[in-house]
Amino acid sequence: MSNQTINLTLKVWRQNKNNPRGSLETYPAKGISTEMSFLEMLDVVNEELTSQGIEPIAFDHDCREGICGMCGAVVNGRAHGHMPETTLCQLHMRHFKDGDTIVIEPWRARAFPVIKDLAVDRSALDTIIQAGGYISINAGGAQDGNTIPIPKENAEKAFNAATCIGCGACVAACPNASAMLFTGAKISHLALLPQGRPEARKRALSMVRAMDELGFGNCSNEAECELECPKGISITEIARMNREFIKAAFL
Amino acid sequence: MTLESKIPTGPLHEKWDRHRFDLKLVNPANRKKFNIIVIGTGLAGASAAATLGELGYNVQNFCIQDSPRRAHSIAAQGGINAAKNYANDGDSIWRLFYDTIKGGDFRSREANVYRLAQLSVNIIDQCVAQGVPFAREYGGLLDNRSFGGAQLSRTFYAKGQTGQQLLLGAYSSLMRQVNTGKVEIFPRREMLDVVLVDGRARGIVVRNLITGELESYSAHAVVLATGGYGNAYFLSTNAMSSNVTASYRCYKKGAYFANPCFTQIHPTCIPVHGTYQSKLTLMSESLRNDGRVWVPKEPGDKRAPEQIPESERDYYLERKYPSFGNLVPRDVASRNAKEQCDKGKGVGETGYAVYLDFADAIARDGREAIAAKYGNLFEMYEKITGEDPYVTPMRIYPAVHYTMGGLWVDYNLMTTIDGLFSLGESNFSDHGANRLGASALMQGLADGYFIIPYTMGGYLAGTHLPEVDTSAQEFAESENRIREQVDKLLSINGRRTVTDFHKSLGKILWDKCGIARDKQSLEKAGKEVAELREEFWKNVNVPGDAADFNQALENAGRVADFLEFGELMVKDAIGREESCGCHFNTGYQTEDNEALRCDETFCHVSAWEYTGPDSEPVEHREQLHFENVELTQRSYK
Ligand SMILES: Cc1cc2nc3c(=O)[nH]c(=O)nc-3n(C[C@H](O)[C@H](O)[C@H](O)COP(=O)(O)OP(=O)(O)OC[C@H]3O[C@@H](n4cnc5c(N)ncnc54)[C@H](O)[C@@H]3O)c2cc1C
Repeated sequence: MSNQTINLTLKVWRQNKNNPRGSLETYPAKGISTEMSFLEMLDVVNEELTSQGIEPIAFDHDCREGICGMCGAVVNGRAHGHMPETTLCQLHMRHFKDGDTIVIEPWRARAFPVIKDLAVDRSALDTIIQAGGYISINAGGAQDGNTIPIPKENAEKAFNAATCIGCGACVAACPNASAMLFTGAKISHLALLPQGRPEARKRALSMVRAMDELGFGNCSNEAECELECPKGISITEIARMNREFIKAAFL
Repeated sequence: MTLESKIPTGPLHEKWDRHRFDLKLVNPANRKKFNIIVIGTGLAGASAAATLGELGYNVQNFCIQDSPRRAHSIAAQGGINAAKNYANDGDSIWRLFYDTIKGGDFRSREANVYRLAQLSVNIIDQCVAQGVPFAREYGGLLDNRSFGGAQLSRTFYAKGQTGQQLLLGAYSSLMRQVNTGKVEIFPRREMLDVVLVDGRARGIVVRNLITGELESYSAHAVVLATGGYGNAYFLSTNAMSSNVTASYRCYKKGAYFANPCFTQIHPTCIPVHGTYQSKLTLMSESLRNDGRVWVPKEPGDKRAPEQIPESERDYYLERKYPSFGNLVPRDVASRNAKEQCDKGKGVGETGYAVYLDFADAIARDGREAIAAKYGNLFEMYEKITGEDPYVTPMRIYPAVHYTMGGLWVDYNLMTTIDGLFSLGESNFSDHGANRLGASALMQGLADGYFIIPYTMGGYLAGTHLPEVDTSAQEFAESENRIREQVDKLLSINGRRTVTDFHKSLGKILWDKCGIARDKQSLEKAGKEVAELREEFWKNVNVPGDAADFNQALENAGRVADFLEFGELMVKDAIGREESCGCHFNTGYQTEDNEALRCDETFCHVSAWEYTGPDSEPVEHREQLHFENVELTQRSYK
């Protein structure tokens, strides 16, 4: 581990009750260890701001190991920064250079209003799941787990779709702020499993409808979502969703 | 008040069945007349809220994060145990029960643990039916692996993301109930008090984390599933918002706190590398199946690992425990790592790390085979440290991981406050003094899917509960007290940040109430925590205002509670004059430096009662009775 320190200039989006339209503010980030994560760098800046009597930068975060999906910001124009398959909390400062200027902005989408600074409201994603992202089974009613054999290959495909962490980077990265990758991943996960088939039709219709109603845009095949997804979820999930939707709507 | 565990009579394997029969039922048509508050949306909370909703109760479900799906259960990696015996390798409910009791060093209740082992089987079925994509074999059936030193394969898993997949399963059931209108979710709310009316839990007060407003909610019963308190140590593998606040404020209202000193320290985490560090990352225990743990023989040897010849390395676990080797239980592995580092043999910049070396495994099985098993873990390690574990041995060190202590509950999972239940990691019940790998997920889901739905019915049907709403004065009183504390925190304007205090507290607890403890340093810790708390209330700097999204303020409230709770942990540790499981008091060890239990005096649960800000908490003891297993000395030689 080569532990060096670098100095950076941050341009951070600040937006709050007193500044409801928001603006970029400039702060120095000095003596940043290259071993820090991006969020630890923000912690250090916040400690410094606090001691200067400036309100710290609000940003969402929780597990800090790339799985809860709570963190996320657009860093120099890229959702979660420029490293592939990495959440903001797993982005390390060794990927930046001394003297760099870093622009940090919240997810921007009509369906994700800004709460404060970098924190946004993503509850629309929960609403999409409520529309049908489940299998209707009550606790207590299940048969033995091994009575439903599932080919390993399908189980793995379903798993890959199910690894979505719901961070919203796909929406933030999409020029149309579409939630197709998020919705497609859930529809695919359940459609690929025999347990999910009985409701597949209804699920596809109601989840797609919810997505449209919530103000997410359409997919125009830019594939930015796939590029920025921290879990590497593929746009083939969108194609599968479209197939499920067409089957449900027209067949 | 005497502690009544309410363990049903009869033979062990019939207790739960009999009890379910004895519990009163709520008529389905009447269920909609009952409102239940569930705090927490982790495995325990989400499964409880969804299931109670399915039964027809009106449920209000709260969490700190912006979505219920982000509870810290999401981060569990390794897997979930179940006594399915699919592997045909000799597993049974009895064996899972026995392993869990023994692993807990005989400090948990037989009846609870047996029930847990029984229910483990149903959990897997439930999760499969929900669409949880568990790992499968080529024949399409569920795959199992051995985990955490278990001698059989009873762990179900979904790559290294078992917690995520199980939580998303529970979350999907929860969302289904939200859609039907039986459950309402309240994200970005922090519970700051439980409200008692006529001695029963009848509601809560939360802070809306977006607006800063205090909100009151009333109900017929309250279920707490708020996770563990490992963040008392500042650095842990827990999420940043994990806290003791919810449980601690219940404690202050009369819920006894059991075994607060029982903290599990996980042996394989990425070591601390700087003072700015905000959390520690777990590297799955499964790595010890193939990795060899070593340090240089000579203290202070600063050579790079590849320059240290075989003869100058000490594979200390293999040397000391020839039969278990690198697979000794978590507590033993952690203690030994600390011992080596304290002798000056630790590696890395700080000297607080040991090597976990895969060179032999790679030479034996080939890089590809190792990559197939641990590929994602190796990548995660490289992402964080910038080093490639295929080439350079990993460096690992123990970190605070799980808290076995929690609110005391009876067999119905009810605390000493009537109508207040506690599930999952927030209660103390099933893991004794040490939790086995892959058993927390099992417990959280057993509590939520299969226990609370019955015991809640029993409580509601058997209790006269007059109507109460939030206009009751108890709610206003509680809101006022919280408001006073918030105003106080914001008015101090001192010179140290909240995080700075939290780090100091963590250091005291880690050094003196951590992997190994002794009376003298514990007493010192008690004093230091008290002093730190006093300074906190004079010198903390909390910026911003109350009526706003204010993360520093949120954190200040949590750290204020950790500062009080830290003293309780220390007190409990001092009182337990023995070593057991994760509580290793250096004054009580065998000739071979193993934990020395004292069953005559300490075969009990210590449950602490709050008696006010200026008086000492009172200890109550629940004696543990072992009728089905023999108390033995653990040995891993
Ligand atoms: C890195 C890691 C790996 C692990 N791996 C495994 C494993 O492989 N197998 C295993 O069995 N166990 C594992 N564990 C342990 C296991 O994950 C946890 O013990 C378990 O998930 C806890 O579940 P829970 O539902 O009790 O609490 P949590 O999942 O922690 O949920 C707590 C909930 O309570 C809410 N909450 C907390 N405080 C408040 C408040 N004041 N107001 C409102 N809401 C509040 C939170 O928002 C959250 O929704 C692991 C733990 C960690 C940290």
